Amino acid sequence: MQKRKLKAWLYLLPALLFLGVFLVYPLIDVVVYSVEEGFTSVSQTYDGVGLGNYNTVLRDPDFLQALKNTVLLVAITVPLSTLLALFISLGLSSIKKLRNLFQTVYFLPYVTNTLAVGLVFMLLFDKTETTDGLINLFIRIFGGGAVDFIDGPYWAKMFVMCFYTVWVVLPFKVLILTSALASVDETYYKAARMDGTRKGRIFLRITLPMISPMIFYLVITGFIGAFKAYSDAVALFGTNLNAAGMNTLVGYVYDKLYSEGGGSPALASAAALILFAIVLTITCINLMISKKKVHY
Amino acid sequence: MQKNSSLPSGVKTDYDRILRNAALRRRAAKAGVYTMLVIWGLIVLFPFYWMVLSSLKTQAAYDNEQTPVFFITNPAFENYVKVFSSSDIHLGRYILNTLIFTLGTTALMMAVIIPAAFAFARLEFKGKNLVFGLLLSLMMIPTELVVITNFQTITAWNMRDSFPGLILPSVTSVFYIYLLKENFAQIPDELYKAARVDGTSDFKYLMTVMIPISRPTIVTITILKVIECWNSFVWPRLITKEPDYFLISQGIQQIRESGLGRENIPGMMAAVVIVSLPLIVLFLIFRNQVMEGVSRGGTKG
Repeated sequence: MQKRKLKAWLYLLPALLFLGVFLVYPLIDVVVYSVEEGFTSVSQTYDGVGLGNYNTVLRDPDFLQALKNTVLLVAITVPLSTLLALFISLGLSSIKKLRNLFQTVYFLPYVTNTLAVGLVFMLLFDKTETTDGLINLFIRIFGGGAVDFIDGPYWAKMFVMCFYTVWVVLPFKVLILTSALASVDETYYKAARMDGTRKGRIFLRITLPMISPMIFYLVITGFIGAFKAYSDAVALFGTNLNAAGMNTLVGYVYDKLYSEGGGSPALASAAALILFAIVLTITCINLMISKKKVHY
Repeated sequence: MQKNSSLPSGVKTDYDRILRNAALRRRAAKAGVYTMLVIWGLIVLFPFYWMVLSSLKTQAAYDNEQTPVFFITNPAFENYVKVFSSSDIHLGRYILNTLIFTLGTTALMMAVIIPAAFAFARLEFKGKNLVFGLLLSLMMIPTELVVITNFQTITAWNMRDSFPGLILPSVTSVFYIYLLKENFAQIPDELYKAARVDGTSDFKYLMTVMIPISRPTIVTITILKVIECWNSFVWPRLITKEPDYFLISQGIQQIRESGLGRENIPGMMAAVVIVSLPLIVLFLIFRNQVMEGVSRGGTKG
C-alpha cells in the first residue's frame, strides 16, 4: 500500500513541480516584492519594507491614465458586447438556413492573432500623409471631417480601441449564448405558444431567465477579460502606450517590469496587486448581484 | 380550412387575411434577422478581406492611392516573396520559432497533465481532496500576478532568449488538469479493477485504455493550447530581446515598428496573412472540436 501511495505522488510530481515553481511561489513572491521599497532589477536590494510602492504607483500619472483608460474600456465594451452578442445569438437561433456558415464566420476572430489583425484595424482607421484611410472615406461620404483615429484626439483612439475589443471578444460570447439558447427546453416554448403568449413576453419570462446564468457568466468573464486588456492596445497604438496615452493597467505592469533603464519588479508587483484587488472586488459585487437576479 | 371550402371560391375571409398578414410579418421579421446577421458577418469578414487585398497590391500602387481601392484585377505576389527575403526581418525564423514553442509547450503540458489527471481520477492517496481543492483555487490566479516573479526566475536561471525560458512557464494549466480529470473519472471503474486483476500496470492501463477513450477531450485540449501558444505575446515579449528567438506576435510588432512595415504596408499585410492563415485553416478543419472546446473552457475577453 505504501508503494502505491508513493506512486500516486510520483504521477503528480511533474504537475506539482511546475505549479509550485511558476504559480504558487510567484504568488507569494509578488506580495513580498510589492512591499520592498526601492527594489529594482539593477540594485537587487531594497531600502525598507512598507507600502511605499503602492503610494508611488497610485500617484504616478501614467498609472492614473492607464486606470482611466481601462475603466472606460470596461464600462463601454462589457455591456455593449454582451448586448450585441445577445442580439446576434437570438438571431442565429431563430434561423435554420446558413446558420452553420454564420456561426463559422462569427467565430473567426477568436482564432486570429490579436497583434496581427490589430494591424489591419490600425490600417483601416489610420490617417497618414498619403491617405486618410478607409473609415475616413466613409465619414467623408456622410459629410464628416477626417479624424486621425490612431494619433488623434482621445475619444477617437478610445473608439477604435473599444471597437476592436468588441470585435475580438464577440465570438466567445456569441458561442456561449447560442449554445445556452439551444439548451432551453422546447416544451416551455410550446406551452407558452399554446397559451398564446406574445413573443416579447416569451423572451422576458422564459428565454431570459433560462439563459441568465450564462449571461451572468459572460458578464463576469467579460469584466475580468476587459480589465486585462493589453495586446489589443499594443496592436493599435504600438508598444510605447504611455506616449500614446492609451496604456492599460496590465500594460503599466509590464512597462514597469521591463523599462529600458532597468525594470522595477517592486512597482510592477504593487500595480499588479492593485489590479487584482480591483478585479476581485468587481467580481464579488457581480456575484452578489447575481444571487438576487439570476435564476438557476 | 374546412370553413373555406364551404364558401364560394374567390371570396377572401377575414381568417385568410389574418393568415396572410401573419405570414408577411413573419417574413419581414426573418428578413430583418438575416440583414442583421449579414451586416455583422461583413464586419467580421471585412478586415480579413482588407488584409488579403492590401497584401496583393504593389507597394507603389498602395502608396499612390489617395482613396483606398476596393478591387484589384492584377494581384501582385511580390510582397509574399519580399517578407521572406527581407534582410531586416526574418519571418521564416519567427514562424519556425513559434512552431517549436507551440509543439514544445503543448507536448510538455500533455506529459505533465495526463499523469496528474490520472492520479486525481483513479489513484487513492492521502490528502487527495485537499490537494485537488488547492489546485482548483489556483485557477483564479491571473497570469499578470505571476509573470513578474517568473521573469525574475527565468532571468536568474539565465534562460532569457532561449526556448526553455519561453516554454517552461507556459506549460502549466490548472484548468486542463481539471477538464481531463473530469473526463477520466467518467470512465467506468470496473475497467480499472478488471485491469488490476489481470495484473496490468497503472501506466499501461493509462496508455492503452484511458488515453484512447478520452481522445476527444485530449484533442480539444491540444487544439486550445496550440491556439493559445500560436498567439501568445506577453511572455515571449518580456523574455526575448534577440530577434533569433522572436515569436510571430513579436515579429509582427517588430515589422510594424522598425522593419519593413513602416514604409511597405502591403508587405506588412502579407506577413499578417501568413501569420493568420495556419490557425484559420486549423479552425476550419477542426471546427466542431474547437467550438465545443472553447464553449467548455476557453476564455478570451
